[in-house]
Amino acid sequence: MISRLETLNVSKRYDHLQALDNVNIGVLSGRIVSIVGVNGAGKTTLLKILAGLDTMNEGKILVDGREASQEELRACSTMVFQKSIMFSGSVYDNVAYGLRVQHVQSGKLRERVLSALRIVNLENFEKRKANKLSSGEQQRVAIARALVIERDVLLIDEPTANLDPTNATIIEQGIKEAANSRILLLSTHNLSQARRLSERIVHLHKGCIIEENDTSSFFANPRDERTKFFLDGELNF
Amino acid sequence: MDLREEVAALDPIIQGIIQAIELIISGDPEVYRITELSLIISISGTALSCIWSIPISAVLALRNLPGKRVIKGLFNALIGIPTVALGLYLYLLLSRAGPFGYFHLMYTPSAIIIGQCVLVTPIVVSFTTSALESVDPEVRTLAKTLGASGMQMDAVVLREARAGVLLAIVAAFNRAFAELGVAIMLGGNIRDLTRVLTTAIALQTEMGDISLSIALALILLSIVMTLSIILSFARRSS
Repeated sequence: MISRLETLNVSKRYDHLQALDNVNIGVLSGRIVSIVGVNGAGKTTLLKILAGLDTMNEGKILVDGREASQEELRACSTMVFQKSIMFSGSVYDNVAYGLRVQHVQSGKLRERVLSALRIVNLENFEKRKANKLSSGEQQRVAIARALVIERDVLLIDEPTANLDPTNATIIEQGIKEAANSRILLLSTHNLSQARRLSERIVHLHKGCIIEENDTSSFFANPRDERTKFFLDGELNF
Repeated sequence: MDLREEVAALDPIIQGIIQAIELIISGDPEVYRITELSLIISISGTALSCIWSIPISAVLALRNLPGKRVIKGLFNALIGIPTVALGLYLYLLLSRAGPFGYFHLMYTPSAIIIGQCVLVTPIVVSFTTSALESVDPEVRTLAKTLGASGMQMDAVVLREARAGVLLAIVAAFNRAFAELGVAIMLGGNIRDLTRVLTTAIALQTEMGDISLSIALALILLSIVMTLSIILSFARRSS
């Protein structure tokens, strides 16, 4: 089991846009870290790099102190995207996908799928067509699909954006449960969600980390002026 | 005035249709033999084409290749190739004097299968490539983060595009089933050997046997239309 994930001077450029600039963070297993910031701050890019889905131009990612390749990152992590994409087929097929590609035997597979569906309160949804569900239910399926494969690193991008409070609460409960035995990074611009869920908060702004603090200090005594502006809801800082 | 006399008094086309229906209902052996052979040949030609056309489409849609747009443009242009022209080129290749004359394929069902296979390859490639390209690219990324290998990612995209792939296969079959040029030039319209629906319709019409022509044309149209209806239901349900 992985106990620590770190980034060392990670930078990423898209043509003339510096998406990430010397990003250094460390996350321990069992603790939820939220990455907050305005749209375009680089939150999704950072998660994609940590998930091994995107490359970086400079820097290293360390898993338990050892540099990890993109393939190694993909093997130990999974990511839940902001826009929940459903495969065609049933909810059960969607959740089972990651286990089927690993050729998990059918009895065990069923047990694990049903257990993941229970975490997100979708016990009776297994036969429903995933594409016909509401966006909140689809996001819950996406969380279950990521939980079922039991990766050590779970990266969740804006899990409750535009969702109603009921679905958001269920998803937050699922995230809390998932974090017990995992490294969990959550990207959000919902500050109250970050406060409720995480032990540490990283403020990313224009690709740079401008503040990293434990949750209570982040809200009570922000060190950076720009974090104060962000917390006050200012648009231009 | 009995029924026969009444029919005789009708327009010859209506008379032909009635006789055609009688031929179909009575299970006329010739009609059924021609239909069976047509189905076997066109299904074989389409299936054979899918063996390479679908992998070619997957490469064109899912991999970065130099000259990819040119290749796709070429396949799109070949969709409309005149069947007689293709039949002529294949005739030159398969005839005794041609490079493949050694195999003695001319005027056999195999020659028609090869011809139809070549004819429908651009249809399967173009339609399948479009179907695969229309799948949200994030589907691949999702499969990747859930642990899928390269092949498994391709398979999931293919699965998501299955309605489009099915459309490509049905369109290819319809083209093969309804074409005349390749079948007549490579098959020669030999009774009980290479006579298919389209060649038989042409021959019977020329010979003045309008009722048999209409019977065969009705079968041809009903098979093509039934397939299209099934496809549209399948697409709606998926």
